[in-house]
Amino acid sequence: MAESKKEIQGKLVAVEGLDGSGKSTQVYLLKRWLELEGYKVFFTEWNSSAIVRKATRKGKKRQLLTSTTFSLIHCTDFADRYERQILPLLHAGYIVLADRYIFTAFARDAVRGCDRTWIRHLYSYAIQPDLTFYFDVPLKTALERILDGRTRVKYHEAGMDMGYSKDPYESFRIFQGKINQEYRRMVREYDFITVDATEPPDVQQAKIREILETKVDLPLYKWHGPLFPRNLA
Amino acid sequence: MTIEKPKQFYGKGIPGVHLGQLKGELIVVEGADGSGRSTQIDLLKNWLERRGYPTVNVGLKRSMLVSRELEKAMQGNILGTRTLSLFYATDFADQLENLIIPALRSGFIVLADRYIYTLMSRAIVRGVEPDWIRDVYGIALIPDAVFYLAVSPKMLVERNLRKHSVLDYWESGMDMHPTSNMYGSFIEYQRQIQKEFKSMQKLYGFETVDGNRSPRAIQQDLRTKIELILKGAAPSTEGKTDESDSAQRTARSAPAPADGG
Repeated sequence: MAESKKEIQGKLVAVEGLDGSGKSTQVYLLKRWLELEGYKVFFTEWNSSAIVRKATRKGKKRQLLTSTTFSLIHCTDFADRYERQILPLLHAGYIVLADRYIFTAFARDAVRGCDRTWIRHLYSYAIQPDLTFYFDVPLKTALERILDGRTRVKYHEAGMDMGYSKDPYESFRIFQGKINQEYRRMVREYDFITVDATEPPDVQQAKIREILETKVDLPLYKWHGPLFPRNLA
Repeated sequence: MTIEKPKQFYGKGIPGVHLGQLKGELIVVEGADGSGRSTQIDLLKNWLERRGYPTVNVGLKRSMLVSRELEKAMQGNILGTRTLSLFYATDFADQLENLIIPALRSGFIVLADRYIYTLMSRAIVRGVEPDWIRDVYGIALIPDAVFYLAVSPKMLVERNLRKHSVLDYWESGMDMHPTSNMYGSFIEYQRQIQKEFKSMQKLYGFETVDGNRSPRAIQQDLRTKIELILKGAAPSTEGKTDESDSAQRTARSAPAPADGG
């Protein structure tokens, strides 16, 4: 059932990084650019399977989740998107953009105490991305961005289930710090392309586009024939 | 005092669980729909409770966390094989952590109406890699005993039709090969599952119980075997040794009553 990468025409591009690293903004801009240039592109987000997400939300709300079920339910969500969208679209020759991929699970679940080998096996069916951009940001900056304009941080986002601190902000800081360490451990293991997330957004975007153009033979991913008249785009 | 052999996980297990604290017994009954599994479990529960053993039942798709969502997804048959496997694994893990482990800690006997073996065989016949699914279930506790009620596919059909007048979509493997011959599909699917169980038996060493006999005869058989476990025989899942052999091995103490500690 696991796919060999050779059979797959499409390209998988993942973005990873802390909440507040700006990765979602960057992947959105990347998607817009590819769409408007007429490429076959599909975007998928962590924890967004319509069927599974309801259960996840309930589990989080009622605090039913343990580190193991937290890990398994997210893997279920991922598998649903993977089996029904990511993989078929890659076979169909799409550029698939993933806002968070398996590395998010590797980082978070490890911090929550799951065995690192077990988590990696759990996700072993997932193909490795062709490109993984890691948005590296100082913890302080990420925290400022997240907390700015928000009255509260969410229970699990702050790692309150870990019991680091009764203060959500302090807990958030400790938890995200540990996740960042996990990410940094993976940079070499998984060939992350590190993006300096403190630079202005347009500068980051220009760099990402340039890398994509070098690494991916983009003309192969054009729609055959116009999807909609170019002059309207 | 006898020294109790601590329980073990198949793989990495659940983080933070102290296996030495799990004093109860985990007894699993496996078998297809129509194998008489539920009947046997009900009878076992009565028997155990009459004798003063606190007993708790667990089964598939009964978790607080995802059972309803899982049922809904299955109604529509909209999930891929791996997704469904993982959904079931989530359901299992939730019950393992919130029901099975706490009950064992309190010295209960846990009667499991199916366990990971059904889940693994279902996934494997649908093309999931055996190594992968085994690894997923590295979280599972090794039971003290597993009884597999083996019933011929023909007999299963008879029993299912007699009870429901219809064959279950999933137990007929209709998701794998949609066909107008549901009868044939059921037989074929059950054969595949049984084959899987047979090969798992070597790996996990569980006991096959001839389920083609009368409920009374099967129950007698199960009680005799469970009696040995309660008397302090070594777990039958450990190896292929026969009962007289295992009875002589390291004694396991009978489960202590829940002491709140």
